Amino acid sequence: MPARSVLSGVHFMNGDEAIAEGALAAGCTFFAAYPITPQSEIAERLAFRLPRTGGVFIQMEDELAAMAAVVGAAWGGTKAMTATSGPGFSLMMENLGLAIMTETPCVVANVQRGGPSTGLPTAVGQGDMMQARWGSHGHYELISLCPSSPQEAFDLTVRAFALSERFRVPVLIMTDEVVGHMYERVEIPEEISEAPRRRPTGPVEGFLPYKPDEDLVPPMACAGEGYRIHVTGLTHDERGYPDMSAEAHDRLVRRLCDKITRAPEAYTWTEELFMDDAEVAVISYGISARVALGAVELARKRGIKAGLLRLITAWPFPDDVVRGVAERVQGMVTVELNMGQMSREVDRVVKGRVPLAGVYHPGGRIHRPDEVLRGIEEVMACR
Amino acid sequence: MTAQRTHEIKRWRVPKGRICVQEDLCKGCGFCIDYCPRQVLEDAEHFNAKGYHPPRVIDPDECIMCRYCELICPDFAIWTEPLDEEEAQEEGQDAG
Amino acid sequence: MPVKAKRQVPPPEVVQGQHPMEKYLRADRIPHIWCAGCGLGTVLASFLYAVDDLGVDPDGIAVISGIGCTGRVAGYVRMDSYHTTHGRALPFATGLKLAQPDMKAVVFSGDGDLFAIGGNHFIHAARRNLDINVICVNNLNYGMTGGQAGPTTPLGGRCTTSPYGNFEHPFNLVHVAASAGAAYVARWTSLDVRRLQGAIQEMLVRKGFSFLEVIAPCPTNYGRRNKLGDGLDELHHYAEHAVIKHGADLADTEILPGQDFLVGKFIDEEKPTYWEMYQGKVAELEDRRRR
Repeated sequence: MPARSVLSGVHFMNGDEAIAEGALAAGCTFFAAYPITPQSEIAERLAFRLPRTGGVFIQMEDELAAMAAVVGAAWGGTKAMTATSGPGFSLMMENLGLAIMTETPCVVANVQRGGPSTGLPTAVGQGDMMQARWGSHGHYELISLCPSSPQEAFDLTVRAFALSERFRVPVLIMTDEVVGHMYERVEIPEEISEAPRRRPTGPVEGFLPYKPDEDLVPPMACAGEGYRIHVTGLTHDERGYPDMSAEAHDRLVRRLCDKITRAPEAYTWTEELFMDDAEVAVISYGISARVALGAVELARKRGIKAGLLRLITAWPFPDDVVRGVAERVQGMVTVELNMGQMSREVDRVVKGRVPLAGVYHPGGRIHRPDEVLRGIEEVMACR
Repeated sequence: MTAQRTHEIKRWRVPKGRICVQEDLCKGCGFCIDYCPRQVLEDAEHFNAKGYHPPRVIDPDECIMCRYCELICPDFAIWTEPLDEEEAQEEGQDAG
Repeated sequence: MPVKAKRQVPPPEVVQGQHPMEKYLRADRIPHIWCAGCGLGTVLASFLYAVDDLGVDPDGIAVISGIGCTGRVAGYVRMDSYHTTHGRALPFATGLKLAQPDMKAVVFSGDGDLFAIGGNHFIHAARRNLDINVICVNNLNYGMTGGQAGPTTPLGGRCTTSPYGNFEHPFNLVHVAASAGAAYVARWTSLDVRRLQGAIQEMLVRKGFSFLEVIAPCPTNYGRRNKLGDGLDELHHYAEHAVIKHGADLADTEILPGQDFLVGKFIDEEKPTYWEMYQGKVAELEDRRRR
């Protein structure tokens, strides 16, 4: 009798381990990865747990192979995942695109570290956010979630698998080294219902692998089920056959984007703290949001009505939520461990309605609350 | 060749079976003609839809059903159909 | 060849019919895109005849191809077929095979895809002895993109990116495969259709990482630029220069332009596959848990 994959109970674990347990609890039975700090604890835990829970762990020769193996395993019928950090994430971009184009459900966790390049392997960063959105080539949509705690890392990984199956799209867990390495209480429920893969219902004959249902997502026929479909990274028609016409490309790419953007309620999560009477909103995510919360409390003590809008969903960017906040406050401050990435999205949405400030640090350490406070005061000054 | 492909084939009776050619698939590479051990095939005079000369049977009695033409053809344009038993008997009397 | 006297031949009937291997082809995508005289169609046919002859259930076969002329094979077979990214057919197949261990995984790709951009994946898949069958069609250059030099382009070979003659020493694919630990290594040319069929059948039946190199003509690019004549001339070249030597020392199996080269089955050993070893560990864990 294999060990339980849902490790019900209360645990004290770090974010990496929580992601690993979240994957197991969600029914992930295939994990391929290449070693990279600060992702190691995810791979190491799954190397230990997967053979005991009837799953497959394989360490591949590089991140290109890891991502390719995940896409292959997903087509083999499993819930498949990989995890990496910046440098590996860069190597995964092309096959992430393959997963997007072939509509392959899978999950990729990126425990961000200081970048660019080798940067700060053991230290925190949040500089891959735009890469998460636009890193692969061509135009596409995907979903990225940002946990701010090990508990949330567990919860969002479970949700990531459900979203990847529902939308047949890769879902990224964009966490960071601090959340990944910080130990906190993690509660794992008694059981977790595994998100079903949408299977074809009709006969094999005449089955069109890329003919979508009304929600623009097609049922998925996996290998060995007798449907014998053709899956290609080339632009393809509803039969899955290559079609190099501009019309076929327009239909396909438009659908690949619309299938996601048309249902934001399915994946858009944010958290608002102290926002009811807030005059200035601090926007942040991941570990930076926890520091921002401290700064908001500090500001409140000084009589500044500050509030926190924490982004849990980074992509697709929660335009409406941010726009709604912009209509209620007189200034906004984006706090992130890069030199301004999500802040560009805030700027795009707010369109100058209120003054914006950014509290940026390229990584290596988390912000200090006083740094965030200065940002709050700065934006309050120019209301 | 985007038009719907017909399955129209020319089929020659040869003593041991039939040689089938789907002319419009042939790209005129000449493999079958060159490697037929009995020189049963030759370029047809006419062109197929793509402007190639498909093979045609010029010496049916020589065909020994070695099927090499079928195996070497890169375009699935030529293949053989061995006679089934009664046809073979019937053939036997004619030849005898 | 003796010119035959023209004799009256009874005209052919015109009937409806289909090629015996059409049942394994996506017939609505035939004729395929490969050039006249290219060897790829022949190698694909050999694969289909092997599958047919073996009586393997096509539902249980996954064909995985990378990018390039050979990469298009996946699009023509009526099986679970995956046309992946350049060089990544093998890791893709690794994931698919480990998720569906009972399926037969066939990676059908070219010399550039498997040994240039995909080289790192090849040596590791061989090292792990994953139960994957690799059919590498080696046409000595990158055909699809217009005839660039590749990892197997012979010394002096003229390509669009080696206009003055290639001076990079090429890989000897069977030697690379053997030294990376492949348990089955063979090389044939696209002329040796029955031996190809035999080798593919051997690969499909045995367990472990199997590698089959198929030398095939590329008349449009490599053949034209190196004055090798058309596809037929290249087949004649194989007939003259390919020498069968099973179990040859791989150091002797290099392909040098204009000279004889060795073909045959060079390696055929039994080694526990990655999956068997993985299952072995799982079984150990189960025993320990039960005790």
